[in-house]
Amino acid sequence: MVVGGSWGGLDALGQLVALLEEGCSLALAVALHRAADSPEGAMVSYLQSRCPLPVAEAEDKDAIQPGRVYLAPADYHLLVEPGRFALSIDAPVHHSRPSIDVLFETAADAYEEASGAVILTGANDDGCRGIRHMKRRGGVTMVQDPCTAVRREMPDAAIATGAVDKVLPLDQIAAVLNGLGRA
Amino acid sequence: MPREDVEDLELELLLEALYRHYGYDFREYARASIKRRMWRRMMEEGLATLSGLQERVLHDPACMERLLLDLSINVTSMFRDPTFYRAVRDKIVPLLRTYPFIRIWNPGCSTGEETYSLAILLREEGLESRARIYATDINAAVLQQAKEGIFPLDRMQEFTHNYLRYGGRCSFSDYYKVYGDRARFDPSLLEHAVFAQHNLVSDASFNEFNLIVCRNVMIYFDRALQDKVHDLFYRSLVRSGVLALGHKESIRFTSHADAYEELDRQEKLYRRVL
Repeated sequence: MVVGGSWGGLDALGQLVALLEEGCSLALAVALHRAADSPEGAMVSYLQSRCPLPVAEAEDKDAIQPGRVYLAPADYHLLVEPGRFALSIDAPVHHSRPSIDVLFETAADAYEEASGAVILTGANDDGCRGIRHMKRRGGVTMVQDPCTAVRREMPDAAIATGAVDKVLPLDQIAAVLNGLGRA
Repeated sequence: MPREDVEDLELELLLEALYRHYGYDFREYARASIKRRMWRRMMEEGLATLSGLQERVLHDPACMERLLLDLSINVTSMFRDPTFYRAVRDKIVPLLRTYPFIRIWNPGCSTGEETYSLAILLREEGLESRARIYATDINAAVLQQAKEGIFPLDRMQEFTHNYLRYGGRCSFSDYYKVYGDRARFDPSLLEHAVFAQHNLVSDASFNEFNLIVCRNVMIYFDRALQDKVHDLFYRSLVRSGVLALGHKESIRFTSHADAYEELDRQEKLYRRVL
């Protein structure tokens, strides 16, 4: 399961992971737009203080394990391969590194109908290509209800692709994730 | 056969063709990133499939040049991760001072951002005259670019910001001259640098080094290839030589992990002890 967010995304993500159940078996990979020199570890400890699952920045070629939350490191793209992560320092996509599109597209390629994507609050349209690709590959696509988002541009843009399965507030997104994580 | 499986097959055939025809072996590159790079080249060539790209690249060497450029450009900056350079200054420089002559290898140097950063660091620490940096890359075109030392002027703000956070001892603008919208770095920084073509996948060790700086290059390789390159590095380091990797890389799972001690966990500095 991949999650992307930008403006207001850290706060939204904090609320979302706080609602995950201990024992949830999903592997959650997150790309949040942030400054290239944002301090390592600060985001991890912020989220870890709220999340019942272990949270860490993904390292190169880390094995993807269920019941964990992985963050794209600042100034790297995070890519998903079958069973593991890979990183790259290719050019920013839509001025962003990490790019939500890169994470979503590679996750969809690697896990197809077993993958899923969530777009959170944000003020640009990163993630749109990724959402479309995820839909084509058979993954489930969700977007934070724009009315509940700090910035609605990114959710609106994702919905406009016509490739979104569910538009939900954060607590209901968490409920879906918990449901998938129990299965 | 589902469409995506055909794509995987096309990618494999393309990589095989590049190897058989041009001798460039990308077969053990990490699949997700090489696929994206191949796709980008395919789109830019106006082609619809990777098979189409294979046909063009086999019959048009100029297309191969363009592809090779895509595969060897990393978008990095001078003094990327200022804390890393500070750790080199505080922890590695004192080791380097104990050698009468210092050899540093910077493989996968691409357009030279890291090489210039190291050259500036060595100059400021007074080690320049007894050090030699061997900067290598698979691609002759990026080496030429690195040698020229010309960067877009709009990148200087970022480089300067990094340099200040590193705690550089001079004024960063002393190291380059501005020509229009470009900045040219002081050629004397490279007096003690050697640029040479070298392929980490297929070429052998060519010297013994006191320091190897290879950051965010092996993230493009799969685990098997990483292991081979780590073997190459192990054989290319003097005893108590230092290997520097990117923040998100590790020697933990490689076959030589036990031969190194960790000098700095955060900055991924490892000293060869066996």
